[in-house]
Amino acid sequence: MNLFLSLFPLGWQHYLLGGVFIGAGAALLFVLTGRIGGMSTVFSSTWSYVVQRPFFQQARFVDSRGWRLVYALGLILGALVWWLGFAGGQPEATAVPVWQLLVGGFFVGYGARLGNGCTSGHGICGLGSLQWPSLMAVLTFMATAFLTANLATRWLA
Amino acid sequence: MRAAQMALPRMLATLLAGALFGFGLSYATMIRPEVVLSFLRFQDFGLMLVMGGAVLVVLLAYKLTPRLLARPLLDDHFHTHPSVWNRDTLVGAALFGVGWGLCGVCPGPAIAGLGAGNWSLLWALAGIALGALAQGLRAK
Repeated sequence: MNLFLSLFPLGWQHYLLGGVFIGAGAALLFVLTGRIGGMSTVFSSTWSYVVQRPFFQQARFVDSRGWRLVYALGLILGALVWWLGFAGGQPEATAVPVWQLLVGGFFVGYGARLGNGCTSGHGICGLGSLQWPSLMAVLTFMATAFLTANLATRWLA
Repeated sequence: MRAAQMALPRMLATLLAGALFGFGLSYATMIRPEVVLSFLRFQDFGLMLVMGGAVLVVLLAYKLTPRLLARPLLDDHFHTHPSVWNRDTLVGAALFGVGWGLCGVCPGPAIAGLGAGNWSLLWALAGIALGALAQGLRAK
């Protein structure tokens, strides 16, 4: 038990319960609308409003861009409820430097779209539908993320 | 289904589902890059519980719902999203991991974090949007 607890210095209940809420959101979307709710596609589909290139005008982006934006808006509202109702409304902040957020974000966006999925698309929806290509994708990005985060700690700190 | 045809109940359902998702991401503190990075540095394994809990619920929903219902409650069919394993998926996932390991932010938390007043995440959001744009411009 002590070994188990040592893996979670900040406690474990909020992680598990938060995960169940995340899953409930994706599950509710499926039960009510039949949609598969990964998060990274919205970053391509929203560009279809302004970029006329054929890639962005594909039906899979144009036809889903409306609900994907609504889904993203819901994400913000849900976080707002948590923030005001459970976290006392203290603004969240991060000490991660701006350049790391921007450059890291660029790779996250480029990679998630090239690989057709992120931590929610491959990680939650892909694993939730037992697709081995998603498992391979998860193992791949976990491996490069472990490597990058640990090297960054060593070199950038 | 075009945006214009999206009936109000479906829109509200999508908003509610997103809100549950965003609440969960915040409750699990995944909107804090430091927490994600501490997982990637093997200091706190909470992210495994988050992912495990979410996958379990989604697995049950994806498996059971089509057996219990002929179609979703507010639409006419259940979607599937087959993933493929090819060079793009491999390279894309690898690059995604490099970015994730550098900033500790993935697409969901980048969006949700705004609802909790974490304005720094706008930098990550901008980076993700630009990365997605670059990927689309480079695609054939």
